[in-house]
Amino acid sequence: MTAALPPAQGRLRSLAPLVVLTAAAGYFLLPLWWLFVASTKSRGDLAVTPGLWFSDLALFGNLKDLFTHEDGVYVRWLVNTALYAGLGAALATLFSAMAGYVFAKHRFRGREAAFGVVLAGVLVPPAALALPLFLLFSSAELTNTYWAVLVPSAVSPLGVYLARVQVEAAVPDELIEAARMDGAGEYRIFFAIVLRLVRPALVTIFLFQSVAIWNNFFLPLIMLTDSDLYPVTLGLFSWNTQVLGDPDLTRLVVAGSLVSVVPLALAFVSLERYWRGGPLAGGVKG
Amino acid sequence: MTGHASPAALRGGRRRSRTAIAGFLAPFALLFLATYLVPAGYALYKSFFVVERDGPFGTPHDVFGGLSNYTKALGDSEFLRGIGRMLLFGVVQYPLMVALALVLALLLDTRSARLQRLMRLIYFAPYAVPSVVAALMWGFLYSPGLSPFTEGPGGLGIDVDFLGTHAILWSIANVVTWTYCGFNMIVLVTALQTIDRDLYRAARVDGASDWQIVRHIKLPLLRPALVLITVFSIIGILQLFTEPQVLSTLTGSITSDYTPSLAAFNEAGANNYSYAAAISMILAVVTAVLSTVFMRIAWRNR
Repeated sequence: MTAALPPAQGRLRSLAPLVVLTAAAGYFLLPLWWLFVASTKSRGDLAVTPGLWFSDLALFGNLKDLFTHEDGVYVRWLVNTALYAGLGAALATLFSAMAGYVFAKHRFRGREAAFGVVLAGVLVPPAALALPLFLLFSSAELTNTYWAVLVPSAVSPLGVYLARVQVEAAVPDELIEAARMDGAGEYRIFFAIVLRLVRPALVTIFLFQSVAIWNNFFLPLIMLTDSDLYPVTLGLFSWNTQVLGDPDLTRLVVAGSLVSVVPLALAFVSLERYWRGGPLAGGVKG
Repeated sequence: MTGHASPAALRGGRRRSRTAIAGFLAPFALLFLATYLVPAGYALYKSFFVVERDGPFGTPHDVFGGLSNYTKALGDSEFLRGIGRMLLFGVVQYPLMVALALVLALLLDTRSARLQRLMRLIYFAPYAVPSVVAALMWGFLYSPGLSPFTEGPGGLGIDVDFLGTHAILWSIANVVTWTYCGFNMIVLVTALQTIDRDLYRAARVDGASDWQIVRHIKLPLLRPALVLITVFSIIGILQLFTEPQVLSTLTGSITSDYTPSLAAFNEAGANNYSYAAAISMILAVVTAVLSTVFMRIAWRNR
């Protein structure tokens, strides 16, 4: 009996972790699978057929309706989202790199105090600032414009922190000094040398900030009233609130959710080698 | 983190360096000022005012009200209940999420590189889903008409109402766990990979079991990563807004002041801006105090 146990026990011990890992994979994938299946169904099938398997294929009809509903407003939302999350994150990344470089390589009075304030900013979630931002923007009559979402999106205290850590780790002082000896100006040093050496960190900051902008629902919700300015998230939310009056919208919310996930998922998979080192690589230090 | 001033900067021309510093810092500094510092200051200022009207039809105007918005909020049982709800949420959801992330990270750490890569992609996938879409999706999965889950257990004689008054908080907790668990797992698994494998070998030679290696080597070395995750969780949970706001379109269980952030949003929607500002300030203070206290404790017991 005892002689027979060890191999079986050994197999169980090596199998159990796999079971746990697979079960977890199921948990994380199941809702996405449901979303994919549901977006292929007609309105009738959506309500009556089993949720986790296909019935008659209505995907293309759903997509056509999604892109043409209300004169194709969904396409506009996609473009707006690309503008907010793409341009906003790109600007935030550039500004963070510039500031991070200064904090890492230049000495000036009050540097650590200023950096402390920036770090405190990391701890302030963007949603908490949305309300006072709204009050300020409305006194400047800037609410309900692209600027209302874009300007706050171009700031990333976390990005400044990550950029500083990375510049300190990846850019040797000797290199900067040598470039200076050769007569390179400060801007040239930054754009030609520093940015190139910290490129992986820039991708991380960009991804982070675009997810943060994507996820900051409070800001567009409070700032924007014109649906032409909505990002996808707010647009889908607004459709979802009208579902009771127009049940057919459910189909579009489902298909629209699926389509909205695709671009960022592709970005994450294609940039996997950058975040594989850890989304906060360099930021987690003892 | 506090790197020393680079000699390069010192030897470079002082003046040239100074204009460069200003030029590089300006964009971030101005935006940070405009979107962080000024709004925070403005919210604080605004929170000391109350709206008054000259008679029932008079135009509303702000008058200084001292701390009256704060005493009102701290005397509002629904608002306090919202804060208590977030604390309860945090006490239950946070340990579950971190435990799951930790178990997955520890299990993955000893697996083949190929499996590790695949699983990391899968676990991280929900993080790429915007929280509005995650909430919409789970909302469908919770809805009796559409869900593949409400039918099943119901057929077994168990009635599951994911959107009911009692279950809704935990339904929200599930959405949050689903979205952020993989992110936390990646942070942990990355921290694990920076550990020198020789430590494990040495421990094995000394006769340490798998569990002892986890307990005495891996967990202590994961501490900085766990502290980071915890601070981000404290902040995120107290500010909980998107998920309950999206799910509130499906159920009456989520009231307008279900979470403090929802309360601030809805008060602002009702034009009670200064009261909403006071709520935001209280929330910010609670968040700052909790995360600072936590960090103090975490670093002291090192």
